[in-house]
Amino acid sequence: MARLAGRRLLFAAPVLLVVTFGVFAIAAASPFDPVKAYAGTAALAADQETLDRLRDNLGADEPFAARWWEWLTSAFTGDLGQSTVMRQPVAQVIGERVVWSTLLCAVALVAAVVLGTVLGVLAARRPGSPLDRVVTSLSYTLEAAPTFWLGLLAVWLFALQLGVLPAGGLTDTASEQVTAGQVASHLVLPAGVLAVSQLPWFVLYVRQGVGDALAEDPVRGARARGLSERTVLLGHALRSGLLPVLTLIGSRVPELITGALLVETVFSWPGIAAATVEAATAVDFPLLAALTVLATAAVLAGNLLADLLYGLFDPRVKFSDM
Amino acid sequence: MTCDAPAAQSAVWRSYGIRRRSTRTVRVRVSAALVALTVLAVLLVPPLAQLDQQAVDLAAKLQPPSRSHPFGTDDLGRDLLLRCVYGLRVSLLVGLVAALVAAVVGTAVGAAAGALGGWVDRAVMRVVDTLSSVPHLLLGIFVVALFRPGVVPVAVSVASTHWLSTARIVRAEVLSLRSRPFIDAAVSGGASRRRIAVRHLLPAVAPQAALAAVLMVPHAMWHESALSFLGLGLPTHMASLGNLVQGARSSLLAGHWWPTLFPGLFIIVPTLAIAGLAGAWRERISPRRRSELML
Repeated sequence: MARLAGRRLLFAAPVLLVVTFGVFAIAAASPFDPVKAYAGTAALAADQETLDRLRDNLGADEPFAARWWEWLTSAFTGDLGQSTVMRQPVAQVIGERVVWSTLLCAVALVAAVVLGTVLGVLAARRPGSPLDRVVTSLSYTLEAAPTFWLGLLAVWLFALQLGVLPAGGLTDTASEQVTAGQVASHLVLPAGVLAVSQLPWFVLYVRQGVGDALAEDPVRGARARGLSERTVLLGHALRSGLLPVLTLIGSRVPELITGALLVETVFSWPGIAAATVEAATAVDFPLLAALTVLATAAVLAGNLLADLLYGLFDPRVKFSDM
Repeated sequence: MTCDAPAAQSAVWRSYGIRRRSTRTVRVRVSAALVALTVLAVLLVPPLAQLDQQAVDLAAKLQPPSRSHPFGTDDLGRDLLLRCVYGLRVSLLVGLVAALVAAVVGTAVGAAAGALGGWVDRAVMRVVDTLSSVPHLLLGIFVVALFRPGVVPVAVSVASTHWLSTARIVRAEVLSLRSRPFIDAAVSGGASRRRIAVRHLLPAVAPQAALAAVLMVPHAMWHESALSFLGLGLPTHMASLGNLVQGARSSLLAGHWWPTLFPGLFIIVPTLAIAGLAGAWRERISPRRRSELML
């Protein structure tokens, strides 16, 4: 187990290195100019000498590999550079905001798993029934629907028409402090929309897993022994059908990040995904690079988790084989 | 529907075998009709309709759906049905171009990796694994942010993230084909590598690759609209569906739902129609493989 984790980490480290290198390579190939980005509108008024000095200070004339190496070595000491759009160190931006993104994603993921399991089991119980067809077609429709569009419609319905939930932000505009109650009420809509955007995958996979398990011999045997339908469904079919889905949760991190990018922007949620979009709009390279690398690290960690859980829960998989 | 009655009597549920087949036929027909309608609308409405989608009519701004404006009007009094059709045209075009590029690149890379094997295969798959560990939308955001929004960066960024899945599918297909007898027969018949690749492998993987390409069109549309919505997509004068939703945000906050609702439906309906057709097609080309999840 520990050996497998170690080996997977050994694979993940070079991937992360290559991604950081790629980030700098793409920036070097693009028309992006770090000096103009750093100086902002002041660059228009500044004379050439100042700009040259700035260029020298920023090391913008060095080859991108040298800048990459410098960024990498200082990243290990916790210095990720200065964010131009947030006007504070990148590490500080991430530190302040990562909590809110984690909270949002965790709540949404739990909601999606619970709701997806319930709907998936209900649909799998009677394949082809009206309920199954409603759940399945709704899942496909939600999968096709753009997340930001769902978010906007949710704002319209719950915040504007019904007036029951706030439309965005972390707290009320008038409030000075961040209280748990306010965060909870502001969390409902973004987490709900993020959960709905992740829901179809869970519903369809649970439905397929449980449906397959219902057709297998252990279930037939359980029914032949006269166990109640409830025991068969929850004790036998759900247990074997849900397992692969739960172990695959780790591999859903990319979709979760994609959803968070859109949901946080729609709801002005002060997380790192919204900061990514802000950084991209303002071409804030230090922040954008750090957040891209961070997201990649999250994806790799999720994959590692999926591998480990799969090996842990499925007795047929031997760790030495992986 | 009275289909719940037998369930109450027996705990074991009987499959709706026959009826399911008939709904499948219906689904394929509806999907085909919707795809045809989409294509016709996108191709025919702009040249035939003697209407200007940009025609501003401030006297008729933000009108709810009515007979003269079936989808209502936006905050400048422009007809939303017309705007949506034009937006779909832009989104579909970007989606088609990106999907085509991604499918060609993915097929070429995947086929090369599968057919050559050895270190080429390992190197290519490492690249694919590395690229897929960056979330696609994030990579798109990164590329577009540095290269400035525009049609080419958007299409390139969408294509550059979507060829990975095609490459994986085609490689797996080639690997399974390589051990088939007809390839052995071609090898023992003295066929060159090139001939085997062009005459035997490529035609055999073509259906799977084409299927992947077709399914990629809605994906590419989705990504383009997300980028456009974030303000990192197409320039605003090229009103794609994502731009329409973005532009409708202020109207939405004023309580007008129609400028937001209809562009989204124009993304969902073609996506479902294409997925429905692609599902039926997949059942034909690989009938033994159990129907997997689409999208």
